[in-house]
Amino acid sequence: MAVNVANEGLNSCAGCEIAILNLGETLLDLLPRINFVHIPVLMDHKHFGQLGDKKHLDIPKATVGLLSGGIKNEEHLEVALEMRKKCDILIALGTCATHGGIPALLNSFTNEEMFDQYYSTESTDPGAKVPTKGVPPLLDRCYALDEHIKVDIYLPGCPPHPDLIGAAILALLDGETPELPFKSVCDTCPTKRLGKGAVTDIKRAVESPQFDPEKPIDDMRCLLEQGYLCMGPVTRAGCAGANGEAPRCIVARVPCRGCYGPVKQKGNQLLDMLNALASNGIDLSKLPDRDSLLRFSGAHNRLVVKQGKNIRR
Amino acid sequence: MGRTINIQPLSRIEGHASIEIKLDDAGNVADAITHFTSMRGFEKFVEGKPAEEVTRIVTRICGICPWHHHMSSVKAVDACFGAEVAPTGSLLRECMQNMAHIHDKILHFYFLAAPDFVLGPDADYSVRNVIGIANAAPDLARQVIRMRQKGQMMMEKFAGKVIHPIAGVPGGFSKPMDEGQRKEMIADTEELLEFAKFSMKHAKEEIFPKYLDLVTTLGTITTGFIGTVDEHGSLNFYDGKLRLMKPDGSFDDFATEEYLDHIAERTMDISYGKFPYAKAWNEGFSMDLDAPKGIYRANCLARINCCDQISTPLAQKELEEFRSKFGRPAQHTLLYHWARLIELVYACEKTLELLNNPAITGKETRYTVAPKAGRGVAHVEAPRGTLIHDYTTDENGCIKTANLIVGTTHNLAPISMSVKQAAKMLIKDGHVDETILNKIEMSVRAYDP
Repeated sequence: MAVNVANEGLNSCAGCEIAILNLGETLLDLLPRINFVHIPVLMDHKHFGQLGDKKHLDIPKATVGLLSGGIKNEEHLEVALEMRKKCDILIALGTCATHGGIPALLNSFTNEEMFDQYYSTESTDPGAKVPTKGVPPLLDRCYALDEHIKVDIYLPGCPPHPDLIGAAILALLDGETPELPFKSVCDTCPTKRLGKGAVTDIKRAVESPQFDPEKPIDDMRCLLEQGYLCMGPVTRAGCAGANGEAPRCIVARVPCRGCYGPVKQKGNQLLDMLNALASNGIDLSKLPDRDSLLRFSGAHNRLVVKQGKNIRR
Repeated sequence: MGRTINIQPLSRIEGHASIEIKLDDAGNVADAITHFTSMRGFEKFVEGKPAEEVTRIVTRICGICPWHHHMSSVKAVDACFGAEVAPTGSLLRECMQNMAHIHDKILHFYFLAAPDFVLGPDADYSVRNVIGIANAAPDLARQVIRMRQKGQMMMEKFAGKVIHPIAGVPGGFSKPMDEGQRKEMIADTEELLEFAKFSMKHAKEEIFPKYLDLVTTLGTITTGFIGTVDEHGSLNFYDGKLRLMKPDGSFDDFATEEYLDHIAERTMDISYGKFPYAKAWNEGFSMDLDAPKGIYRANCLARINCCDQISTPLAQKELEEFRSKFGRPAQHTLLYHWARLIELVYACEKTLELLNNPAITGKETRYTVAPKAGRGVAHVEAPRGTLIHDYTTDENGCIKTANLIVGTTHNLAPISMSVKQAAKMLIKDGHVDETILNKIEMSVRAYDP
């Protein structure tokens, strides 16, 4: 018997849903065992009845709920609560759902500051006002799902690697609880580590690290040891997939930026990274911007506004 | 006032929107309003961030077309820093940017739009989707799923990350392409081109003829168009001048940096999204169906209308056939689907052309750049339309201000008008059913928002 599955995307970009599709034929082969009951990106089941005449938002009951995106407006919250109510097992899909993701960078600013900027750009007609009709009011900040609802399974990644999504779905279909190991990106990274070098500066990503393109990744020296701010040590592994490849950013020869969130669900990428840098003797005053270390995990009160000034915890 | 119908959420689209249809006492459409409900604040929160990092942040505006945000952003940062771009890096960027159009068009045509045509607008919602297609036409579905995945995975394999890419860097591209990778990508793209040709033929023979009535009426409005052309007036996705065409087919060409002289954005109380219009036409902004003012459209139909020709042979042949049938500019909204398939053929041909350029395997793909104060305005053609990134940086090379006009934003006014046109055409005397509501959504889906 097929398992009912529901999906919604909240304060998100649809990248997680595309990652599901990137399972390709694996997904096709899983289809006989999956019955999608609600997935707006692919299917026309509506919130207020198919004729749009119902009063209350309704999502069908499902065994598994895949919920992507954080919670930033009242509609997101309503949908998240309904998903929680109707799904036996709720998966927080992607780093926006698990830690706020990129959109939680807005937590360093007030909504007023955002609206002031957005409605007064150079191309915007003067006198613009904040819309009020038929648009969901914003919440004070962008929340990870577990700040409002209970999450059963965390599947971070921006987006999560299709291998992880596939493995999680398979495990659930077989009645098991999928688990992503608490390893760091460095644990899956083949670059050469020679111990800390003479680097005391942080290099910005405006020049190429040293590597021989003719040679495999494991011939390249660790990017952190080369002086680049690589977030590998404080970021959860997973992007390399299940087939023993290198972390995705390392394949492109660029440093990791932390898109799977902290290694432990409740970890703090900013504090952990500052510690890692300090213990390597790196001058922290050279960091151009500290908020960027929380660019994927700014929910859970990590990035906050206080009296118009950005502070971090 | 009679009842109100809420279509929520709009489905088989990428973004977040809803439609509110207000009926009068006689059950006819008094008004139909499209609400664009997403508000994430990218232009605000990139402030203060190092510009070279922003190229890896703005990708999250769209998980379907992150490459296009990545490329537009990288080009804008190049301009802020006054950076020279390594020629091989530039070729690699253009190649990836064209490649990223391929999977996108397969996704939209087959996964999002096709259920309405293959299974019919009146099929039950539970089967009117790509899974329904998988059951009704399993061989086609398997082929479609394989091809879309191939379009994504060949990019992931080479460039590291296909959803939310990272390989574009100020000054070029993060790594070179070796001969083995080039050959493999040529083989994959050739296969995709064959699939594109099949798709074009299949749609022209099996799909469009069946729905000609709908194609020539549903959501049809009369507007101008925006697109990008090279110095010869040929279609280009990666670079070139902007062309803003009036409804009568006359046009002005201008450099990206001059966009503020030609385009402005109106705000309305019903939508977080803004409504761009052609300021240069000096007629203001109105979405009145009978007398629209300043309204132009973006995305594939717009580009196909704007270009004088297409530089690749098969797509050019398709363009000629399209023009002989529908004229220039073609206005019927559902022709977006046809134009999208012409662009699918073009994207495959253009990718092959770039991969066959021996310079693409050059070893030096990236020049070192120096962060500094500056202004950078750049654009590319994203699948959903002209994508403008405009940044100002401070002396540390961090973002002071950002202004983004993204593909679908250009189409918010046209989408709203098409919805109203479709609702007025289809809802009469209080009769509303699921098929009618789905057809109204089809007028939105054509724009692939």
